[in-house]
Amino acid sequence: MNKAVSEPAADTSAHNEMTGAEIVVQALKDNGVENIFGYPGGAVLPIYDELFQQEEVRHILVRHEQGAGHAAEGYARATGKAGVMLVTSGPGATNAVTPLQDALMDSIPLVCISGQVPTALIGSDAFQECDTVGITRPCTKHNWLVKDVNQLAAIIHEAFHVATTGRPGPVVVDIPKDIQFAKGTYTPPQTAPRTSYQPQEQGDINQIKAAIELMAHAKKPVIYSGGGVINAGPEASHLLRELVDLTGFPITSTLMGLGAYPASGANWLGMLGMHGTYEANMAMHDCDVMLCVGARFDDRITGRLDAFSPNSRKIHIDIDPSSINKNVRVDVPIIGDAGRILEDLVRLWRATAKPNKAALKPWWTQIDIWRARDSLAYRPNEDVIMPQYAIQRLYELTRDRDVYVTTEVGQHQMWAAQHFGFEAPNHWMTSGGLGTMGYGLPAALGVQIAHPDALVIDIAGDASVQMTIQEMSAAVQHNAPIKIFILNNQYMGMVRQWQQLLHGNRLSHSYTEAMPDFVKLAEAYGCHGIMCDKPAALDDAIREMISVDKPVIFDCRVAALANCFPMIPSGKAHNEMLLPDEASDEAVANAIDEEGRQLV
Amino acid sequence: MNAQLQPTGSAYFITKETEAAQTHTLAVLVDNEPGVLARVIGLFSGRGYNIDSLTVSETEHERHLSRITIVTRGTGHVLEQIKHQLERIVPVHRVVDLSVVADERGHDRPMERELALVKVRGQGDDRVEALRLADAFRAQVIDANTEHFIFEITGRVSKIEQFIAIMKPLGLVEVCRTGVAAMNRGPEGM
Ligand SMILES: Cc1ncc(C[n+]2csc(CCOP(=O)(O)OP(=O)(O)O)c2C)c(N)n1
Ligand SMILES: [Mg+2]
Repeated sequence: MNKAVSEPAADTSAHNEMTGAEIVVQALKDNGVENIFGYPGGAVLPIYDELFQQEEVRHILVRHEQGAGHAAEGYARATGKAGVMLVTSGPGATNAVTPLQDALMDSIPLVCISGQVPTALIGSDAFQECDTVGITRPCTKHNWLVKDVNQLAAIIHEAFHVATTGRPGPVVVDIPKDIQFAKGTYTPPQTAPRTSYQPQEQGDINQIKAAIELMAHAKKPVIYSGGGVINAGPEASHLLRELVDLTGFPITSTLMGLGAYPASGANWLGMLGMHGTYEANMAMHDCDVMLCVGARFDDRITGRLDAFSPNSRKIHIDIDPSSINKNVRVDVPIIGDAGRILEDLVRLWRATAKPNKAALKPWWTQIDIWRARDSLAYRPNEDVIMPQYAIQRLYELTRDRDVYVTTEVGQHQMWAAQHFGFEAPNHWMTSGGLGTMGYGLPAALGVQIAHPDALVIDIAGDASVQMTIQEMSAAVQHNAPIKIFILNNQYMGMVRQWQQLLHGNRLSHSYTEAMPDFVKLAEAYGCHGIMCDKPAALDDAIREMISVDKPVIFDCRVAALANCFPMIPSGKAHNEMLLPDEASDEAVANAIDEEGRQLV
Repeated sequence: MNAQLQPTGSAYFITKETEAAQTHTLAVLVDNEPGVLARVIGLFSGRGYNIDSLTVSETEHERHLSRITIVTRGTGHVLEQIKHQLERIVPVHRVVDLSVVADERGHDRPMERELALVKVRGQGDDRVEALRLADAFRAQVIDANTEHFIFEITGRVSKIEQFIAIMKPLGLVEVCRTGVAAMNRGPEGM
């Protein structure tokens, strides 16, 4: 991760005498922070008072602290910089927990500054007291309770360093109110990190050579890339593309890694995993050499573990040593930054490997057969908007623009991943590891703050969007013309799909009664509302959404009972996918066998 | 992976470990700062790892370094994960699996010692027998009156377990154990 740190000012020491609140704002500036997302309260009032008296750091007022966190995550993913959130003690801090865990699971650099009751009151059950460092310890990469104003600056600098280096992640700096008032010495950012924290960035050259050796002799190779490539910066994506070109290998990616290799690229197989394409999963299953770059063999990716890619030698590039051999045993682990290692791989491949793309011909022939299976196909309908069709039209009508897509969680998220083509990194923001409904709307706000002129779309579900809908008010306040494109199927579609698969089609509480009128809701917030339920009217409605220079809620009424395919049912391997044209009601009901169901 | 699939019909793929669990002793060097022990313990409880014994104390005052000794149980794969997960904790400097090092150096296991205080209350023959056995175990009497003894005993875990078991019928009242302190044989440091 690149980190913007301005040169430490050559201040006199008298000038470096500040209050804790001043130190906070100065430290933010010195760490290159331009925007923060937050919500005030008693325990952070001194910091808010400082923010009020300066212009360099812009504060985006949200409507709920969870929104601040997801907005900061969206900002971080769109810029490659740390996202920053500011919350008060007690409920402010507990509301931050969901985005912190979300950022931990998806390796997003997020710095959360929280207020705390005065030091003397800690432990007394004071008003709005909670054990913030205790609560957030398991959902942060590291956290700090500041006990001495003279350490405050160093701690904030260290917090940014920890959040943005190595495997990025969330951190919390908890600052008691008396520390915010107290006077102390400001110290500028220093380059000497603490000795116990030294992430390994450079890969072991012998391991890299071993990888090249395996790759050079592969007959059926596949590259499987993930969010680690995005986190390693745009240069890493560039190198990944170069490696694909040089080797001629097919490439697939996780949900988090979309955009590192362009969807229009010739070697692209589409996403892999539970709702990945047939060709991606079959290639993973049948390959003889797998190169995993910045992904972690998550359970949504591997399917049945003991049948996962049984005949391949596996190379795994990851910055986190604990990811190696966690779920899947690999043959050549390479620990380090994906960008640095890709650079070495590309350089050594050029120097030593004798490219023999012709040897891959039979493999590509096989892949083309799988591709011809057309696993993302769906039955078009003239009367009802199919959700897949809606995503495709959205993609076609926005592809000539600088478009960023966020999502909520559910079927719509998977359809977005399947049918929207991502051409560049940092343009796709979704909650992968935690699967947080309510992520997409505030994340879109964060992206729009980072890129005011871009087209930012939250592909939403009717249920998810209601979890953080209040942030429409924040979008209006901050002139962030985000587009909330709701695939409204009146259901918690993904929950219903699982109930159909596993629970005898008993749709327990997955139907959304009393759906709000989203158009009126948009108007109530001062946004623009659009409703569309006809395939023929869809293109014009999407054009209207794009042209309106305000936040928009687009209520796209789609086929209520469509399900998301292809799919690897539970307990099945990559080569046992359920394809859309085979997914009859009966096949769906029997996709998971009797034994499996009894064990639920 | 040496794991077998159990189809659960849920959103998860549960695998069953078939490998046998081993007991290992880890030495963890950490910055002695607030919360560091909570981070280590939280890691074990959060990820479902076992702790058989845990001891901690500052060992280098000038550098504010503490050494934590953890005895844990798990399959080879889990033990490897535990080491890597501990290394991810920001204030952790080093993690050494003393059992692995012992093995590499051709030793059966690391040197491990524990200290226990054992209070025994009794009169007559039981009291005489307790004192006689304590002597045989080289336990020290550190407090006594006509009704009780407190013994201080150091040694391997097995010796301490045995001593406590023997004292049980003789009027065992209270036990306090430190947990295991460990290091490897030979001239090399950690
Ligand atoms: C905060 C949270 N609560 C519950 C869930 C479980 N969950 C996953 S998908 C889903 C339904 C989402 O419905 P909707 O937003 O309408 O999307 P659809 O699947 O219909 O496209 C639910 C409840 C979750 N992922 N996150
Ligand atoms: Mg829905």
